[in-house]
Amino acid sequence: MDRVFRYLKPYYGQMTRGLIIKIAGTFADLGLPWVLAYILDDIIPYGKVSYILFWGGIMVLLAIAARMLNIIANRMASKVAKNSVQAIRHDTFERITNLSGAQVDQFTVPSLISRMTTDTYNVHQVIGMMQRLGVRAPIILVGGIVLTSTLDPVLTLILVATLPLLGLLVYLISKKGIPMYTKVQASVDKMVQTIRENISGIRVIKALSKTEYEIQRFRKVNDEVIGNEIKAASIMALSSPIMNLILNTGLAIVVIIGAFRVNAGAMQPGKIVAFLSYFTMILNAMMSITRLFINYSKASASAKRLKEVLDTKEDLIVTPVKISTEQEQEYLAFDQVSFSYENDEEKLSLKNISFQLKKGESLGIIGATGSGKTTLIQLLMRFYDVTEGQIIIEGKDIRSIPLKELRKEFGVAFQNDVIFADTISENISFGRSLSMEQIIEASKDACAYDFIMEKENGFSYEAAIKGGNLSGGQKQRLYISRALANHPKFLILDDSSSALDYKTDAMLRQAIRNNYQETTIILIAQRISSIMQSDHILVLDEGEMLGYGTHEELMEHCEIYREIYESQMGSME
Amino acid sequence: MAKVKNTLEKPKNTGKVLRGLWRYLSTYWWMLLGAILLAMASNLFALVGPMLSGEAIDLIELGVGKVPIKEVLWYAVLMIGFYIVSSILSYLLSILMIRLSQRIVRKMRNDVFDKLMELPVGFFDQHLAGDIISRISYDIDVINTSLSTDLVQIFASIITVVGSLIMMVIISPSLVLVMLITIPMSVLYTKYMAKKTRPLFRKRSEKLGEMNGFVEEMVSGLRTIKAYAGEEVVLEKFDHINGEAVEAYYQADYYGSIVGPTVNFINNISLTCVTIVGSVLYLYNKLTLGDISSFVLYSRKFSGPINEAANIISELQSALAAAERVFRVLNEPSEVADVYQAKELANVQGKVSIKDVSFGYTKEKTIIKNLNLNAEEGSLIAIVGPTGAGKTTIINLLMRFYDVDEGAIYVDNNEIRELTRESLRKAYAMVLQDTWIFGGTIYDNIAYGKKDATMEEVVAAAKAARIHSYIKNLPLGYNTVLNEEGMNISKGQKQLLTIARAMLLDAKMLILDEATSNVDTRTEIQIQKAMRNLMAGKTCFVIAHRLSTIQSADNILVVNEGNVVEQGTHSDLMKKRGFYYRLYASQFE
Repeated sequence: MDRVFRYLKPYYGQMTRGLIIKIAGTFADLGLPWVLAYILDDIIPYGKVSYILFWGGIMVLLAIAARMLNIIANRMASKVAKNSVQAIRHDTFERITNLSGAQVDQFTVPSLISRMTTDTYNVHQVIGMMQRLGVRAPIILVGGIVLTSTLDPVLTLILVATLPLLGLLVYLISKKGIPMYTKVQASVDKMVQTIRENISGIRVIKALSKTEYEIQRFRKVNDEVIGNEIKAASIMALSSPIMNLILNTGLAIVVIIGAFRVNAGAMQPGKIVAFLSYFTMILNAMMSITRLFINYSKASASAKRLKEVLDTKEDLIVTPVKISTEQEQEYLAFDQVSFSYENDEEKLSLKNISFQLKKGESLGIIGATGSGKTTLIQLLMRFYDVTEGQIIIEGKDIRSIPLKELRKEFGVAFQNDVIFADTISENISFGRSLSMEQIIEASKDACAYDFIMEKENGFSYEAAIKGGNLSGGQKQRLYISRALANHPKFLILDDSSSALDYKTDAMLRQAIRNNYQETTIILIAQRISSIMQSDHILVLDEGEMLGYGTHEELMEHCEIYREIYESQMGSME
Repeated sequence: MAKVKNTLEKPKNTGKVLRGLWRYLSTYWWMLLGAILLAMASNLFALVGPMLSGEAIDLIELGVGKVPIKEVLWYAVLMIGFYIVSSILSYLLSILMIRLSQRIVRKMRNDVFDKLMELPVGFFDQHLAGDIISRISYDIDVINTSLSTDLVQIFASIITVVGSLIMMVIISPSLVLVMLITIPMSVLYTKYMAKKTRPLFRKRSEKLGEMNGFVEEMVSGLRTIKAYAGEEVVLEKFDHINGEAVEAYYQADYYGSIVGPTVNFINNISLTCVTIVGSVLYLYNKLTLGDISSFVLYSRKFSGPINEAANIISELQSALAAAERVFRVLNEPSEVADVYQAKELANVQGKVSIKDVSFGYTKEKTIIKNLNLNAEEGSLIAIVGPTGAGKTTIINLLMRFYDVDEGAIYVDNNEIRELTRESLRKAYAMVLQDTWIFGGTIYDNIAYGKKDATMEEVVAAAKAARIHSYIKNLPLGYNTVLNEEGMNISKGQKQLLTIARAMLLDAKMLILDEATSNVDTRTEIQIQKAMRNLMAGKTCFVIAHRLSTIQSADNILVVNEGNVVEQGTHSDLMKKRGFYYRLYASQFE
């Protein structure tokens, strides 16, 4: 929780004021039994009803003050919770958007999402609760001690004696309980994952008649959740009866000691009534602490998960990297690039990749699934850093270019890109404040203009989440529009015409050739016809360059390339 | 109390939901009964406390030198004794209730999961995974909380309220009159506030949902955002949505924060009145000091549950709403059960015929009209057509994910509705467009369809699917654990794994749903060689994109907008110069 508490720092002033108000409010609450004792012991002997009414009026005033002050304090607490959680969420989100590819892989996307949603929510709840309920019980306890010491210091000692006992109880239970709830949460995650898997694979499961097997699998994870929850809840269930017992025993002791003291003439009996009243008040306040417990243990597990994100160090740091004079002349070059996702020299996903492109040239990449085509792109755009070798853009090593400046030069359509729930034009412009003309032009080049105009509201048509209301081909044309829209220096199309028919694909390539002559293009495709006309073609296999050259050169020298060509072109005859 | 209008959370058919819940509770009636008895006992014991302390105080009141210490001591020891017993009982009660509610939760979750397995696949096309998951986890959790705490609390409250009231009446009927003013006040007030703040809490959930949706969308699209250096724009949008979410939370809290102190205020007023009236009565010797003490303690006990009532009722209401959502899943119609004495499909030959079949997912819209098709053993049927034309519908009917509306489908001359679903489905091997990989080892994923598959068989299948060499090169080989997202494996490799999975089955019929669309051409060449072996001797239904498959098909179904528009061999259809011809020709432009 420490990391999260750091966010409370700017509000320490406000929290202190809130605390003071809360203390004042609680004292007003506590004043009532005190007045009660005073009436019983000191006023009644006067035998005047008017005196009783006067002190009764004071009780009313105290009650009003208690209400007002507590409300103000609660609201201040909510405000602090609001502001600090807003900052926590902002920072976490910002951190997430700045994670490198490797870091995202490590956290996994679903886990990042749940950290941003569930975990920040848990923390929000607890920050508020702690300030409202968490402090009330201790204040009542301490306040009770202060006030009762004015009534009878000896009886107060009993109240003081309960303190370490209660503290010990809270400590022991939270020490045992918090890790248990962490375990519960982990098993719940596992259960949810099992359900998710079953939902997405329902057809396969049914086709293979594996429902019985899946039911057994679910039983197991369910039992695990139940087992953990029973354990955790049983520990938590101890707190309330034990607290009750401690305080009620205190109550009985007050009666005993009280009896001796009254008998000895050291105090008046009305004060015992006040003490009993205090004990019940403390008891009630303690009960809400139990509730806070469970929430706190949840939240501290959450805070830990948030801390992991918040404290992740930036790993794509911009540093000057030395380059040779030859490299300074390069426009876009891979120089002996090797890469491993695990940073393991044994498991290279790319091995010794080298090629050079001049301004306006195009490169086609073809290769089997898992041959490293997409990895190459991710290195070029610096989602990951190379393990060895250098990537040069406009005469600079990409590690020496600030990330955003680097990426600004690119237009890219990924293999499984995303459409966001927003208008078509916003999906194309994507926060780059492009003019409508640029958007329309790009959509025309990407062969998307016609279908967009057929939608109601045209460019203002609202796409659903993940482009649910668009077909695969339409989505791909939007990705390409997005990539083209700012006339990038470098255009990357990663298998982004697979859902287009041959005719549209051809038109698209034509438009790019004509209208983007300054742009250096990298095309990844499975259809050989899409890349055939590129200035250079790279044949990748298991991370290695099996061939590099023009179509004609490769047809002559590269067996695999020829094989692919024949199989694809052959089937069309 | 239940009259509070609640538009969002109140279930529509309370009676039905309650009956449903009762079915679960009554399974464990003995535990429930035990819990009620424990609750009664524990609270009765707790009620004795204030009475004893009152007695003791009356003795103490006798004053200096006259206090009978022995008797007071006796009362105090009794008090401690009663409290110990009460604490033990209440702990036992908690344990019992935890176990009871967890049993119910376990049963409910299992029931929902079983139900999910029985539902027709269409259910999953219509419901979001997140929604189903939230029912099985969040909703059932809400029910659990309510069962384990509220139920006991209601019993305990009734006992405490009635018990305290009786005690108070015994002590002083006139003081009880004072209480009669303040109690309704606090009840009315909490009701009023609950009503007033409910829309705020609803808005708070809404805004939180919006934010969660946004986060999910953005984090999933992180790579694109970075590629376009859109981090700042997205962060700005997030800040806006986040601001709204915390503001809605704050607003709900802002008004919600009045409730606690106000209820407390009313209690304090009530204490004040009791003090004033009590003191006056004490003054005129109508009441002893011990009486006032006991009365004050009882009145605190009494008002506790009354104040809680509003909370409990709203909690119960959301539990009922949650239960309703759960029961709605449980009450979904399952796949029709196998007919009585359904036959096992054995010694499959693979002859499939479709006779005069009509089908629609809804009664209003017939998607397939009068479809006829004969697939001889070992023949290849290709289904072609534009995306979204209803190709998968035919597959759904063949596998009996849905039953036909009219006509019939036969396998080896058996009407498929007279066969057990399991034996029918086992006769098919299937590779779907959406690759499905579950969290488990590669071995588990390949062997999934075949019980007790040996390592040799799995390796053979992987070799046939051309993924063996990839697997072998992984440090853990076949024991590599794949996570659900399949982060550690590419889409094409996933596809190859599912092909290997299909290869392992001894099915006589094969369904390929654009199975190679995620595999690049070079890999596909390799797969197709293997696939041809797999297809040999099997009746194959292929939803086809690639020309080679289509050309060699024995029969091609051309589907458009849900209808089978043409049928025949490649050359038949080319001669016809119809829809198929145009579709085919477009690929060469």
